[in-house]
Amino acid sequence: MVEDRTFSGRLFSAVNFILLALIALVTVLPFIHVVAGSFTTSAELAANKFVLIPKVWSLEAYKFIFSTNTIFRALGVSIGVTLIGTLFSMFITALMAYGLSRRDLDGRRVFNFLVVFTMLFHGGMIPTFLVVKELGLIDSYAALILPSAISAFNMIILKNFFQNIPEGLEESAKIDGCNDFGILFKIVLPLSLPAIATISLFYAVTYWNTYMSAILYLDNSAKWPIQVLLRQIVVLASGMDHSATLDGTVPPPDQTIKMAVIVVATLPILMVYPFLQKHFAKGAMLGSMKG
Amino acid sequence: MQEVTAPPRVVPEPQPKKYKSSSELKKRLWRNKLLYVMLIPGVLYFIIFKYLPMYGLIISFQDYKPYQGITGSEWVGMKHFSRLFTEPDFLNILANTLILFGMNILIYFPIPIILALMLNELRGTFFKRFFQTLVYLPHFMSWVIVVSISFVMVTMDGGIINELLAYFGFAKINFLLSPGWFRPMYILQVIWREAGWGTIIYLASIAAIDPGLYEASRMDGAGRLRQVWHITLPAIRGVIITLFILKIGSVLDLGFEHVYLLLNSMNREVAEIIDTYVYTAGLRQGQFSYSTAIGFFKSIVGLIMVMTVNKVSKKIGEEGVY
Repeated sequence: MVEDRTFSGRLFSAVNFILLALIALVTVLPFIHVVAGSFTTSAELAANKFVLIPKVWSLEAYKFIFSTNTIFRALGVSIGVTLIGTLFSMFITALMAYGLSRRDLDGRRVFNFLVVFTMLFHGGMIPTFLVVKELGLIDSYAALILPSAISAFNMIILKNFFQNIPEGLEESAKIDGCNDFGILFKIVLPLSLPAIATISLFYAVTYWNTYMSAILYLDNSAKWPIQVLLRQIVVLASGMDHSATLDGTVPPPDQTIKMAVIVVATLPILMVYPFLQKHFAKGAMLGSMKG
Repeated sequence: MQEVTAPPRVVPEPQPKKYKSSSELKKRLWRNKLLYVMLIPGVLYFIIFKYLPMYGLIISFQDYKPYQGITGSEWVGMKHFSRLFTEPDFLNILANTLILFGMNILIYFPIPIILALMLNELRGTFFKRFFQTLVYLPHFMSWVIVVSISFVMVTMDGGIINELLAYFGFAKINFLLSPGWFRPMYILQVIWREAGWGTIIYLASIAAIDPGLYEASRMDGAGRLRQVWHITLPAIRGVIITLFILKIGSVLDLGFEHVYLLLNSMNREVAEIIDTYVYTAGLRQGQFSYSTAIGFFKSIVGLIMVMTVNKVSKKIGEEGVY
């Protein structure tokens, strides 16, 4: 677009910029407040109210939350579920997406319809719970992965991406004696890295954020992932139910401790986000904006 | 779940060539046997975790007893459905659900559109990227994290919002336990988490607009605001309508997690929605059949809404979702 150099044009740009800057600030300030608060002492936080850069640095809160096994165990569960779940989901999603992306596959319209239909209509919480229970998955880590192993949304995005790969490449690989698995793993997947990165990020974030499956399917609190623990420490202890603290005996955790747990539960997302940010914006559009 | 991104457009599938004889079809099926093998895990997943629960919906016509299973439980016809509409509890949660849905449509829905228009008017790619990066971020935080952040900010003992109120001489407010604050907190959290992410699809369709149109309108003396109004907005009309359809389709689907996290004994009156009620009545109180009936009702309403709105949008000359 050509620069608009009139006075009204500049005014428009300036006002727009300032408003957006304010919006961006409102978006990040709460989080910065929480991060800064977690790195200071509770006395300092109480005195200064709003902290953006702590005057007194302290790891007190982190020392406290890592003084028991509870957080370590929950982090371990979340990391394990995220790694295994993402790999597993990507694997079966890619297999299905590739199969359905091939134009010469008979019956693919039926398969596609059956997938799309699950996005419009579903059995709901109780029947799904009963299926999970019948399969004997209650209280198993598999219950955090299997019931949501494929996202229809992600599968269709990946399928659309595969469809845009020139068919000639697959044809020539076939002539060279490659079978369908070979084509998928040696040709299609390497050509689809941006899409793979995007979908992997979507899956990984979903698994890291797993909360609902955990409260539905896990009765044993020793198996809780970090998000459920976070709820116990922050949400339930925020003036509602004071018994639900770290080990049930100490008084409700103070602000710095709650903030530290929030930071720990968010950290992995903050670490991968800058690297994958440019991919997902592109990747999320792949699905919706064809061509 | 509250997905603000439009689902991938379902493109019409190119038809495989029709073959004359069945032996040729057989040959083709055999040639593609590995492709069918690849589909097995995915198809199994959809059968077990998506279609079996749909079959499980029949327990809403039974008095389901876990030990007798679907085959052994007694059939009771529409009993649980008729209970729905006579139970004052249900009418209350239906009203709560519809009110939150209305807030989503009236308050939340326009915000990503406005934000996308603003981002698009930003000169200089650096700042555009920078702002986008910042406003997308909250979408990746779980509801637990979002709710936790807001709770430490509004809590009575030392939350920044209440400290500020006290500093300026106002009385502290117990945001978490006052029914009156539930809805504002709910919608503010939705906006904080999703508004930025919701701009992605609008920005993508704005990017596809022919720059010549702006050129021409400038020749005609249109200012920036007029260009937004007469070119950008009409150009993304289709996308707006598509996303609107999807939003309508999720009428009773506000997301279990978010509301469940905000729900407590003090605000139950306004905060209990269909999803949380299904959880409490079904899994906590063991009323499997009744709460399945509620869930069934919800799924059917959703399906009908999507199909209706889709049809209407096709009638008025828009594309529709499928």
